[in-house]
Amino acid sequence: MPADVHNSPAGSPADSPGVPAAVAALAALETEPGVAKPDPILVADKVSRTFGGLVAVDVDHFEVQRGTITALIGPNGAGKTTFFNLLTGFDRADSGTRTFNGRSLKRISAAKVARMGMVRTFQLTKVLSKLTVLENMRLGAPKQSGERFWVGPFRFLWDGQEKENTERARELLARFKLDAKESDFAGELSGGQRKLLEMARSLMVEPELVMLDEPMAGVNPALKQSLLDHVRSLRDEGRTVLFVEHDMDMVRDISDWVVVMAQGRIIAEGPPDTVMADRRVIDAYLGAHHDTDITELDEETIASEAEAEIAAERLDEGREQA
Amino acid sequence: MDLLTTPLHDMFGPVTLSYVFLAMGLNIHYGYTGLLNFGQAAFAAVGAYTLAVSVASFDIPFVLAILLGVLAAVLLGLLMGIPTLRLRADYLAIVTIAVAESCRLIFSTQWKSHFHARDGVRGFVGGFRDLNPLPDYEGRVLSYNRNDLWVMIVGWALVALVCLLVWLLMRSPWGRVLKGIREDENAVRSLGKNVYSYKMQALVFGGVIGAFGGFIGALGNASVVPDDYNTDVTFVALTMLILGGAARVMSPVVGAMLFWGLFSFMGVLLDDVMSSNQITMIRWILVGVALMLLMIFRPQGIFGDKKELALDAR
Repeated sequence: MPADVHNSPAGSPADSPGVPAAVAALAALETEPGVAKPDPILVADKVSRTFGGLVAVDVDHFEVQRGTITALIGPNGAGKTTFFNLLTGFDRADSGTRTFNGRSLKRISAAKVARMGMVRTFQLTKVLSKLTVLENMRLGAPKQSGERFWVGPFRFLWDGQEKENTERARELLARFKLDAKESDFAGELSGGQRKLLEMARSLMVEPELVMLDEPMAGVNPALKQSLLDHVRSLRDEGRTVLFVEHDMDMVRDISDWVVVMAQGRIIAEGPPDTVMADRRVIDAYLGAHHDTDITELDEETIASEAEAEIAAERLDEGREQA
Repeated sequence: MDLLTTPLHDMFGPVTLSYVFLAMGLNIHYGYTGLLNFGQAAFAAVGAYTLAVSVASFDIPFVLAILLGVLAAVLLGLLMGIPTLRLRADYLAIVTIAVAESCRLIFSTQWKSHFHARDGVRGFVGGFRDLNPLPDYEGRVLSYNRNDLWVMIVGWALVALVCLLVWLLMRSPWGRVLKGIREDENAVRSLGKNVYSYKMQALVFGGVIGAFGGFIGALGNASVVPDDYNTDVTFVALTMLILGGAARVMSPVVGAMLFWGLFSFMGVLLDDVMSSNQITMIRWILVGVALMLLMIFRPQGIFGDKKELALDAR
């Protein structure tokens, strides 16, 4: 499908036919790693993170253009999820600076980062199983006065706000076609529906930047198309999207800009077609010998990388993030 | 007749009451927030000792001494929570059990002029008993003496109040955040909530409820003895909570009553055939067996919802 078909935001008065200005601005950029964007919402500079001897992330410079869909791709163990964790404050970088909307994110907790307007989802979907779908959604609403201990017992103090939040939650659920499920436990949903719920819930926070960690993983093809439309609709309503993905069709389909990571570094970036034709990317992504069988040595490398990732996740869990 | 009256007497008595409070506190910690607190006995001990020593050694008025006890429980909660709540759940479990044992050992070995080691603190219930509005009588009404009845009236009224408060809180957005943390704290964090602060609030709130268990126990016994705060106190309270079904407002109440009712029933039943030592052993063995049967046939407890439990397996 031609890319232009998707890039038509409903009723957006863009200069060039159907392409938002923020996206159009990307066309003029050089396609080199770490290139500066005209209107960056998120900037990371010299961010690095090591686990023992393994350099998981060592990014020189990284910018995300406001109002676009940016994909972060790379082979397994490239450090994409770790980089995500560093950007959102779920993990602490060894060094480097990050700014969001021009504000430094140094020593800012993950929760605070979310409140600032940068909300993430997780590779392994995190719905709150024993809460209903609607309660999951309501939890996402920001600045709830009823979330204070002394206010909680007095319903009349938070009832009004709760009604507004419920209304907004129902609108979002309808948009994500989960409205029929609102009183089910979130744990009863299928894998794909959980992805939708997680995405819908993140929108309850009213984020400017939505960060999706593998939104397509484990989603059946029928649902994929609607997920794609949802991601696109996020941009069309003025949000910025950064996502990690392995599904190349999806990346080609909806991203305005692609950033490729390998072995913790950004090795290429540019529009999807340019990047995917890049020799370095093909080598890194598929391996220089992608048509040969996996050898035992490869298997060992993959296994050790996986182990490092698991170790990283454990560390992450044990770490303070509040 | 004893077979019925003794268990009934125990089900509503001060001992059960004090366990109701401990279990209600644990329900906040474990049932709603998913915090593993194995040191609930410490909250009861600190509450009880603060009350007892304030009155007995320093002549502080009863009501003020209760407030001091609450304050001490809050401080204990902060002490346990500050180093552990940022870490994974198991660290809290380790620290709480250690703190509980430390408290008990401090009370039984230190500052003997105030704590009186294993003899415990006495002579602090006067202020509470002076408030007793019941008419003077000797002997027993409904098999309780005048002092017990007064403790029970106050205690059960407080239980009703706490239940109401827990119910109000758990239907509020505050309770929703706690339940969210129980399910997955990183998800809650990603939605912009300060998870650490909420866990701390839950720990302190449940701990203060536990301290009321300490007050009631102390007032019921008219003494505070370190051995009343062994670690198994916490585990018995947890058992009661699981018996009732975690994360239900009434489950700690019914769980504790049922537990003590059955416990005392077995005691009376075996009284003719065994020595009291044997009865104690047998009773604890039966508790273990009952707990296993409960886990096998009704893991959700009395009030729990099996459907919710099934979600964990998915």
